[in-house]
Amino acid sequence: MFDIAIIGAGIIGTMISRELSKYKLDIILLEKDNDVANGATKANSAIIHAGYDALPNTIKAKTNAEGNAMFDQLCVDLSVPFSRIGSLVVAKCEEEKKVLTELYERGKKNGVPNLKILEKEEVLQMEPSLTNKVAGALFAPSAGIIGPWELAIALAENAIENGVELKLNYEVKNITKEKDYYKIYCDEDYLEAKYVINCAGIYADKINNMINSPYFEIMPDTGEYQLYDKSVGKLFNSIIFQCPTDKGKGVLALSTVHGNFMIGPTSERVKSKENKGTTRRGKDFLKENIRDLCEEFPYSKIITAFTGLRAKVISEDFIIEETGNSSGFINVAGIDSPGLSASPAIAKMVVNILNNIASLEKKEKFNEKRKAITQFITLSDDEKSELIKKDKRYGKIICRCENITEGEIVDSIKRSVGATTVDGVKRRARPGSGRCQGGFCSPRVMEILTRELNVGMYEILKSNKGSYNLIKRKVENENWSGENV
Amino acid sequence: MRQTITCIACPLGCRVEVEEKSQGEKKYLISGHKCIRGEKYAIEEITNPTRVLTYTVKIRNANLSRLPIKTDGVIAKGLLFSCIEEIDKIELQAPIRIGDVIIENVLNTGVDIVASRSMNAIKI
Amino acid sequence: MYNYDIVVVGGGPAGLAAAIEARKNGVRNILVVERDRELGGILNQCIHNGFGLHIFKEELTGPEYAERFIDEFHRLEIEYKLDTMVLNITEDKTMKLVSSEYGLMHVKAKAIILAMGCRERTRGAINIPGTRPAGIFSAGTAQRFVNMEGYMPGKKVVILGSGDIGLIMARTMVWEGAKVSAVVELMPYSGGLTRNIVQCLEDFDIPLLLNHTIINIKGDERLEGVTVAEVDSSKKAIKSTEKFFECDTLLLSVGLIPENELSINAGIELDRKTGGAVVNESMETSVAGIFACGNVLHVHDLVDWVTEESRKTGKSAAKYVYEQPSEGGRTIETIAEEGISYIVPHEIRTKKVEDKIDIYLRVDNIYEDVILLIKTDSKIIKRIKKKHLAPGEMESVSISIEDIISGGAKLTVEIEKGGQ
Repeated sequence: MFDIAIIGAGIIGTMISRELSKYKLDIILLEKDNDVANGATKANSAIIHAGYDALPNTIKAKTNAEGNAMFDQLCVDLSVPFSRIGSLVVAKCEEEKKVLTELYERGKKNGVPNLKILEKEEVLQMEPSLTNKVAGALFAPSAGIIGPWELAIALAENAIENGVELKLNYEVKNITKEKDYYKIYCDEDYLEAKYVINCAGIYADKINNMINSPYFEIMPDTGEYQLYDKSVGKLFNSIIFQCPTDKGKGVLALSTVHGNFMIGPTSERVKSKENKGTTRRGKDFLKENIRDLCEEFPYSKIITAFTGLRAKVISEDFIIEETGNSSGFINVAGIDSPGLSASPAIAKMVVNILNNIASLEKKEKFNEKRKAITQFITLSDDEKSELIKKDKRYGKIICRCENITEGEIVDSIKRSVGATTVDGVKRRARPGSGRCQGGFCSPRVMEILTRELNVGMYEILKSNKGSYNLIKRKVENENWSGENV
Repeated sequence: MRQTITCIACPLGCRVEVEEKSQGEKKYLISGHKCIRGEKYAIEEITNPTRVLTYTVKIRNANLSRLPIKTDGVIAKGLLFSCIEEIDKIELQAPIRIGDVIIENVLNTGVDIVASRSMNAIKI
Repeated sequence: MYNYDIVVVGGGPAGLAAAIEARKNGVRNILVVERDRELGGILNQCIHNGFGLHIFKEELTGPEYAERFIDEFHRLEIEYKLDTMVLNITEDKTMKLVSSEYGLMHVKAKAIILAMGCRERTRGAINIPGTRPAGIFSAGTAQRFVNMEGYMPGKKVVILGSGDIGLIMARTMVWEGAKVSAVVELMPYSGGLTRNIVQCLEDFDIPLLLNHTIINIKGDERLEGVTVAEVDSSKKAIKSTEKFFECDTLLLSVGLIPENELSINAGIELDRKTGGAVVNESMETSVAGIFACGNVLHVHDLVDWVTEESRKTGKSAAKYVYEQPSEGGRTIETIAEEGISYIVPHEIRTKKVEDKIDIYLRVDNIYEDVILLIKTDSKIIKRIKKKHLAPGEMESVSISIEDIISGGAKLTVEIEKGGQ
């Protein structure tokens, strides 16, 4: 019997796991996929928002600015890439400048520090590549960029270090309430926990409905993004938002923590919870819209495009609460933007809720540190030489575009939340994130996975179950159908 | 009977029309070609089309698991797949030298299958 | 710090030919750096034949062509390091190399020859809408899996792009037992050689869909199919022509890009059209003593041209190492005019050309019965009748130095349409 079962190992589930691992609790983190950070966490704007967007007195408003302030320590402890590059909301006419004032006032109410409204000249001085049509901007120095999945993976690793158990490929199919605990089923299999925390992202309504009567519905909307080559990485210095208008929020643009450039998102309500991918419409929308920020935008430097689903609810605020009367079932649902920014504060809220139900006791020993994968290419020459002397695998470059070594890839596989798929390795050690998108290195990465996990080449998946990469040749393949061949 | 052949004797890629005559001095009436090579190619392609097969064969004890091979001359186009079946039955051991005969006189064509690269044995 | 006269980056056909030629021109102290486990580069996976007609006057497969150079390379006892990556090159020609065996190495060279080859354009770069399932491979990656490592990418295949690698892979996949439903080509013509269209597609009744493109990719985990549509003259998909092709594999053969990251870091000027360095008649880049040849300079259609160009480069680099720089003479710029997409080299120093110079160029469309016009300023120095010109086929033109000297500061090439 576990004290706590946390359903969903995205940014929210991992953050809560890590926060709760500070207490004397038996915790299990459940994930339906074969890796953590596989939902919205892997496809979003990767921004730690300052916090002026949310309407005052909402949970979003309360948790955003509070969460934002917690990232410096968190990312130092967990060795996660994070940089407070600041954000600009750009106005292009006097009308839009009024909106800036509104955002400024709202931000102050929400506790956002050091906000400032800048005049045209100041903005252009900060951002020379920005369109000349800019009329002014709201500057929020506390906004930052982060590696979202790196953070979730780091949180999961640190949680495990501190005693949390992680169970992958455990899709919760049913939950039953027993006398004073829950039974959580995955097909025939089940496990028991006194408390359940539902962080199932776009499926949070489904999980809730297994035990409670439906009282919210996740209506995902899809956001499409485009990632550009590092040669474009320095186009802007800060995160650039457009002034929200009646037509919508407009496309944002930023450098990523890895030095690429990203634009997006589109925003479309979708009926299905399955990600249907990018669209021609989205592509045209981004192309059209980014022109409002930079007339000469280098579209040809695109390296990939992707979509993410955001877990929207009708109330448009986060749902963070224990359901019913002392049920011990806590929903953490409807966590769309600024969920990532708010996540540390959300975890604190959840701890407080639990503390009210069952008084929690802190562990004497909690290791807040987690070591990152050593990035060979960032080391000094002496460090590089030393590292190769210690471990030859750091002398072998596997990913030519990003100069990632075999040592790093092996490390990414051998960790407590180790990679088991090509995309898993990519999210941890970054081979295949460059210009060639894995053309050269994915066969090598697959070979290393095969060797380290002691499985066959045909078992190596791209990402989720079913995403097989290769099949056996016809002579060795008993399933080779003669159909049409 | 009329057939159209794309000539591959040079990069021009003429569409050559070949008409089989039932009588007369010439058996074929050729048109559309821009040079004499087109005529020769078209007749060959109609009467006895041939190809070189380049393929790979399983190899053990080498750094790679496939060894490239080729037919040491052209074989009838219609025999390509049977030839592949023959090659698929084989498993080699490294080392192999370029030009080594892998199958002699494949399918009685008079053509050998030969290795098209050398491959060393893995050093243990 | 290790010192070499010449360091060659890349042990593929370009690097091998350049190193061999530099050695034959008297340079003793040469190092070839190769990041793969063996020499020969991409030729090792190009098991089809058709290589060497120009250089060896016979038809060889890729591995055979490579092996001839590898053998000669070993006979000449040129030093090389495998599994070794060049991390960076500076303008003063110092380099950082890394390998498991030797660790981090600092190398200083008198001359450097860049021969890193090219990489394939990706799905991301052409931004096809849809999901991101497994089963999408660049044609070259699939070729390596099939021909060298013995794995199959899938059973039911659609190929986007009709360049030679796409065509060759269509046949390879059929011979390996797969079904190839179509080769989809955006342009009104194939970028590949006619013989490949005949022997790789027509032989197996694989449809070549010209003026078509893929407008959507379907499949959550593994590819389930692609939607293909015809495009209009502005390359926009025509809605009514949409057709779904069920497939588990999509191979992309949508262009090659010279791999010039090291060149950019070394401060070398690039040509936006070729994606390779701007070079002079000696294949020397904007950084003195750094040369470039092969697909890293511009993408070639035939390896024979790579060899020819690389030999020239090896010889030039040897001269650079041993000869005093000669002053004087004029510098002539080459300019691609009407119908020509690019010319290599970009400039010709008259003093450096002995009797004639070969220039390489590509045209921007298919042309039949036209004249290739070579002028210096307005004076015509050469008229070459061409029955057939295609963007997929590189053209080489030999020009005598007298002709060049007799003219002005610019050498232009253009296509004169409408015959004589």
